[in-house]
Amino acid sequence: MRKEIRIAGFGGQGIILAGIVIGKAAALYDGLKAVQTQSYGPEARGGASRTELVLSDEEIDFPKVQSPDILVAMSHEALIKYLDDLKDGGTLIVDPDLILEDEIRPFVEEHNINLYRAPATRTAQEEIGLAIVANIVMIGAITAITKVITEDAARKAVADSVPPGTEKKNFSAFEAGLKMV
Amino acid sequence: MKTENLFIQGNEASARGAIKAGCRFFGGYPITPSTEVAENIAIFLPKVGGTFIQMEDEIAALGAVIGAVWSGVKAMTATSGPGFSLMQEHIGYAAMTETPLVIVDVQRGSPSTAQPTMASQSDMMQARWGSHGDYEIIALAPSSVQECFDFTVEAFNLAEKYRVPVMVMSDEIVGHMREKITIPEKVDVLARQMPFEGPEEFLPFKAAPDGTSAMPAFGDGYKMHVTGLTHDERGYPDASNPEGHFQLVKRLCDKIRKHTDEISRVKNYYTDDAEIVVLSYGIPTRPSLKAVSMARDQGLKVGFIKLDTVWPFPEKTILEGVGGAKRVVVVEMNLGQIFYEVQRVLSGVKVELLPKIGGEIHLPEEILQKIKLQGGL
Repeated sequence: MRKEIRIAGFGGQGIILAGIVIGKAAALYDGLKAVQTQSYGPEARGGASRTELVLSDEEIDFPKVQSPDILVAMSHEALIKYLDDLKDGGTLIVDPDLILEDEIRPFVEEHNINLYRAPATRTAQEEIGLAIVANIVMIGAITAITKVITEDAARKAVADSVPPGTEKKNFSAFEAGLKMV
Repeated sequence: MKTENLFIQGNEASARGAIKAGCRFFGGYPITPSTEVAENIAIFLPKVGGTFIQMEDEIAALGAVIGAVWSGVKAMTATSGPGFSLMQEHIGYAAMTETPLVIVDVQRGSPSTAQPTMASQSDMMQARWGSHGDYEIIALAPSSVQECFDFTVEAFNLAEKYRVPVMVMSDEIVGHMREKITIPEKVDVLARQMPFEGPEEFLPFKAAPDGTSAMPAFGDGYKMHVTGLTHDERGYPDASNPEGHFQLVKRLCDKIRKHTDEISRVKNYYTDDAEIVVLSYGIPTRPSLKAVSMARDQGLKVGFIKLDTVWPFPEKTILEGVGGAKRVVVVEMNLGQIFYEVQRVLSGVKVELLPKIGGEIHLPEEILQKIKLQGGL
């Protein structure tokens, strides 16, 4: 199995870290092969931000994402920019408070996209009291919806990746994301 | 420290490889897409008693590295195209003075400043011929984060063994992508060779016609003189002596050329019965290997040669790998560099180039199409 994942939003949402956490979970704790890449350039500051993952149970020959099986959009701009690349029948996860769903409904129906709404930013603010952990809430949602990584591996990768002293808030954020589905 | 598994970028893996290989000095100047090598080694070096210096430019950076090596430590720098251009003067000096050092060149779109955040393999000939004169260097081309670590370790060992600049020809893709790597508790490390003779008998540049000599540091008590001028066995300038110049420069070339087989690391895949052979190095080896296995699935007799070392050019190994195949496709991220070397070596074989520039890696499908075209299939 080869799964291609693209997570996109704007700079400052922790998009890249989300990609690293999922990559770590897969490669270090789930025994999968994983390659993580990211958009890199002036647009990463303030503008659009993007990370991509290839996960596989075999060696990953081609390290880049061609047409994702899973698209996670944390901004409307990113959603519109990348929706066309999503595979027919693919999985689309959006933060519903940051996108305009009406605009994508025809595409979703036409291409049999499985659409999931994960209000990660609102949940981070209201349940954790910290908007900055929205990316970790989203990792929880991605884990629960797609099952590309196990919950246990994801927890270990979150623990590895967040600044010391912030583990508790980040774990709560992850659990809140899991429960969203 | 035990064996550890990490999920890190290729550039960090190069920095970790350098530390494991005994590097204790880094002189550099930050440049995209190589900066993470400097950033990481700046964190690691002070913890092992090493020194990190950010110099005023890349010319000075390599100058500082050369000075550090002659003070007795293993040293490196990291850069990308524009900085690599500035380093060429000192690369020639390091070759002439037999200064072992490592340069990680994280290649980006070129020429000039071109594409800082995109990949290429456009410095391959510059690595070989960038400084003036007849000289030899060694260059490795990593295609994964693990290879960024492994090849950097190897680069330090080769540098010490042959007293030569060694280049790790990375690129923006392999430098920036994250993968799992395994860092062993211990790696094989070649220590700098000290003389058996005492300070009275030792001649710092006396060596066998295809060899090099032991290398004490300044301050070890030996009489040391280092110059970029043609020099005698003492290291003293001897610049108007035709025979002396011939012997010296011939030796500097032969110590690499005559050990090409020992230095070369080349991997063959499905070449035994291959009618068409794909040859590549660095990051495009990954879609190349994928294309070759797709071709095999379609019943086509296609083989693959991966060059882990590109310089010295592994002529004999390539000839053996290609064997009876009559057609070869060279896949590289430039408009043709190593292609011409392959063509030179394989007279009588139809060698074609599949170039790509712009910053993106070849798609497996593009390579498969070229294989079929080349084979008239």
